[in-house]
Amino acid sequence: MAAKPKLYYFDGRGRMESVRWLLAAAGVEYEEQLFETAEEFENLIKGGKLMYQRVPMVEIDGMKMVETRAILRYIAAKYNLYGKDLKEQVLIDMYVEGMRDLYDIIMFLPLSFPEEKENLRYILEKATDRFLPVYEKVLKDHGKNYLVGNQLSWADIHLFELILMIEECKSDVLLTFPKLQEFKVRVSKLPRIQKFLQPGSQRKPPMDAAGLEVAKNIFKFSKAIPKDTYKLVNVWDKPVFIDKVNV
Amino acid sequence: MASKPILHYVNGRGRMESIRWLLAVAGVEFEEVFLETREQYLKLQEDGYLLFHQVPLVEIDGMKLTQTRAILSYLAAKYNLYGKDLKETALINMYTDGTLDLMLLIALSYFKPAEQREKEIELVVEKAKSQYFTVFEKILKNHGQDFLVGNKFSWADIQLLEVILMIEESCPTALSNFPLLQAFKTRISNIPNIKKFLQPGSQRKPPPDDHYVATVKEILQF
Repeated sequence: MAAKPKLYYFDGRGRMESVRWLLAAAGVEYEEQLFETAEEFENLIKGGKLMYQRVPMVEIDGMKMVETRAILRYIAAKYNLYGKDLKEQVLIDMYVEGMRDLYDIIMFLPLSFPEEKENLRYILEKATDRFLPVYEKVLKDHGKNYLVGNQLSWADIHLFELILMIEECKSDVLLTFPKLQEFKVRVSKLPRIQKFLQPGSQRKPPMDAAGLEVAKNIFKFSKAIPKDTYKLVNVWDKPVFIDKVNV
Repeated sequence: MASKPILHYVNGRGRMESIRWLLAVAGVEFEEVFLETREQYLKLQEDGYLLFHQVPLVEIDGMKLTQTRAILSYLAAKYNLYGKDLKETALINMYTDGTLDLMLLIALSYFKPAEQREKEIELVVEKAKSQYFTVFEKILKNHGQDFLVGNKFSWADIQLLEVILMIEESCPTALSNFPLLQAFKTRISNIPNIKKFLQPGSQRKPPPDDHYVATVKEILQF
């Protein structure tokens, strides 16, 4: 019998949360090794388990996979959440990559003090002006229940996760997006998603001050994210500061 | 007859270069439309070509594709450069995500103020050697094969060559401690379509210069 996938990360959302969501949506049980100290992380590095000395890392099907995107694509393909052909796959990729830009700046928000308030405003502006309208239009244009190919895919799971994250910043952010509201309700009713949303699931809560301290100690980032790197998210595929931390 | 793919970008490497490499190596002829002014870029946006207001944009097979990684994965799969099964694809993704990250760092160093640039490039070169070349040297050593994945030429090999050449532009001796990568570089460079792409007159773009940096800043307003 195949061993369960095992996730190596700290006890928080970070970059691993999308993996947790996708595995949950695919109905795949998994284990987690959540480290709490810098030593534990360093031991992982010393043990040669991390290709680029970074996490997330997922042990799955005999591989030690790193790079979040690579991990997510593997899971999506394996569990039929990646479209039925190459054209659907590229749409899913395009939609997910678009979401990632917004996802990343929300994820890094706690690290961006003392400019948090300004960055929050920036995030919400980007969400409502640039990102959410795209997906509202996709759903409106084809009138189907899911983003791609009239069936649930990785793109839908990721969008749902992102919507919940934005709503944690501003609860009524979907006010002017009726299709996305319907979408959100529809996806939240899927049995596996419902289960993952229950207390006691492996879903992680938003980062709080204590969690941030733990993450800082483990990954040794001490500085706030420089203000102008936030602006670069609309230029490059990923925020530049990602490399300064090994998450 | 299928029309040629059309690439929309600034006349320089940036995020489009890896796409040019992949198309060239796959033997696919392509056209390029170069963005020179902000007006052109805004027009593309207004005409609905840019899903997230971003370039690269590649028109191919009836689609307007944006998001570099989405485009690259599509091309790799379409031209059989993506491994023979899910596990090989997973390895290729792991390797190319790494090399793309490294190339992004290189690209971004040119946008630093002039006085910081040299230092930044030095750091990137160090990182390339310690975090990336070391790893790829080991991969080649462990399996002893000519190519990174599955004993067959793939997108991962193209990317690795691309980033090696880029780093060598800043540090010609970057591979001095990596004998297998040196052999790899020679071997991959001699593949006919790659050899052709490395010749003057191909659609390969030169390293960023001040004009390129200024154009990008003007067009994207940062």
